[in-house]
Amino acid sequence: MTDATATDTSRHDRQSRRATLGRRVLPYAMLSPAVLVTLAIVFFPMVQTAWMSLHDYVLFRPNDFDWVGLENFRTALSDEVFWISLRNTIIWMGTTIPAQLLLGLVTALLLNQQFPWRPLARALIIIPWALPSVVIALMWVWIYDSNYGVANEFLLRMGLIQQSIPWLADPDYALASIILTLTWQGFPFFAVMILAGLQAIPQSYYEAAAIDGASAWRQFWHITLPGIAGVMMTAVLLRLIWVANSFDVIFVMTGGGPGYATHTLPLYAFIKARTNLDFGYGSAIAVLFTMLLMVVVVFYLRRTGKAVS
Amino acid sequence: MALHKPSTMRRILTVDLPMVAILAFTLGPYLWMFLTSISDESTLFTEGPSLLNATLENYTRLFRTVGFADNLLDSFIVAGGTVIVGLSLSVTAAYSFSRFEFKFKRVLMLQFLLINMFPLVLLILPLFVLMRVLGLLDTHIALIIANSTIAIPFSIWMMVSYINGIPRSLDEAAMTDGCTRLQALRRVVLPLCLPGIIATGIYIFITSWNEYLYALTLGGREVRPITVAVQTLIGEYEVQWGLLTAGGIVGALPATVLFLLVQKRLISGLTQGAVKG
Repeated sequence: MTDATATDTSRHDRQSRRATLGRRVLPYAMLSPAVLVTLAIVFFPMVQTAWMSLHDYVLFRPNDFDWVGLENFRTALSDEVFWISLRNTIIWMGTTIPAQLLLGLVTALLLNQQFPWRPLARALIIIPWALPSVVIALMWVWIYDSNYGVANEFLLRMGLIQQSIPWLADPDYALASIILTLTWQGFPFFAVMILAGLQAIPQSYYEAAAIDGASAWRQFWHITLPGIAGVMMTAVLLRLIWVANSFDVIFVMTGGGPGYATHTLPLYAFIKARTNLDFGYGSAIAVLFTMLLMVVVVFYLRRTGKAVS
Repeated sequence: MALHKPSTMRRILTVDLPMVAILAFTLGPYLWMFLTSISDESTLFTEGPSLLNATLENYTRLFRTVGFADNLLDSFIVAGGTVIVGLSLSVTAAYSFSRFEFKFKRVLMLQFLLINMFPLVLLILPLFVLMRVLGLLDTHIALIIANSTIAIPFSIWMMVSYINGIPRSLDEAAMTDGCTRLQALRRVVLPLCLPGIIATGIYIFITSWNEYLYALTLGGREVRPITVAVQTLIGEYEVQWGLLTAGGIVGALPATVLFLLVQKRLISGLTQGAVKG
């Protein structure tokens, strides 16, 4: 650009050529650090998981890395614990997310009303979201404690139960107790997302409907729900992934027990690798779980892909 | 719904009371934990937690004998490091996504979204093997790298939505005045989206601070972030609930305070894409 000997025209020419080249290269140059790092720390490890899942790889025998093909997957499909975990996973995700959505919707509708302490309520409602999952898990273990827990005491005083229930030690209640905890943790997210959707609905719709004599219920059904359907959809799909990752709460609360009552697929994969050091089999379960989630993810991408383009 | 103003009484019954009930459900466990943490360990099981003989003993014990200060420092290094890595890589990438049209843009953008969608359990096993091979187990770097797998794609998406909010004409004006692209980015766009950068940074900080599974798997002995430390307070035979809940309160405090500070901006950034989509 500072070539002093060049004539004006050729200088201009070169400058613009350089600018075009710059325009073409610059976007990639600015992207490359992020892309390269994610390739190294996300995609490479992911491929490695798939690779490990095709091998017999137990960490305390680090020199044995034998190719076994799909053997790990075949084992998984005939593994009783795998099917128990799959069943629990479906119950776990299939109830946690609707419960969060419903409670979140109610909360959002309330927060969308006019009342004096609304800003305070809106700030406080999100607190569970900012808490570390370990703290959440331990807090609820203490609440569920069979001897001194406040949950039992509360229910006993209300006369709803006759004797203390060991919530997390009883196979019949353990999963449900965890689902309540996860609902508590996640519903504020829905509330906040849905509230944003509610506030994007033009007030004039309601005014017009009221003039036409539509009842509050009809307004909700024909204006509010369609207005927030998109947000709810996105929130549910986002939450699916987050709930899938929230097995740390289960890990801390019950470790998958009693028995296999709270085993879920990601937890099972994690425990296999962590306790049994069986990284081959653990990877296979992780891969299977991911493939199941993928169905959901593809669905999500098709939605967001439309928004991006 | 919107036109006629309901009477105050009706509002209290249909809005205020249900809201109070939901807030009680939301905050109850947290308050219960706090109450337990300021109760005397010896009377906890006989009289239950109470405000009457409140004590800070659990907190002093936490820092004196358990050495919680070191854990706080570990958490701080890991979370701070992740913020630096996440932000420095994502700002230029987000600018590129926001301002340029180029080949493979859509694929690259979706790729970053896709990373967010992969379950953590798929990454934790190979990262452990990788760190073992590299000899990085039980170091801060290992945890920073692991947390970055979540932080980088997330902050790119947040930053794109913030930079999209700044008119293109501003950087074009700066370039007409003789700035290069990068100068325009540094002098015009960055200052304008500073609030967005701060919000994203705080969000990364919170998620890294709260992260547990990576910390447990890749750290644990030398480097023991607060989340792992709290969990180890569960003894083999008995649980010291007073100490444990005090640890929980201390561990949760930084993230909660930061979160309350930026929640408005953070949520508008998070929901923008969703509402539009």
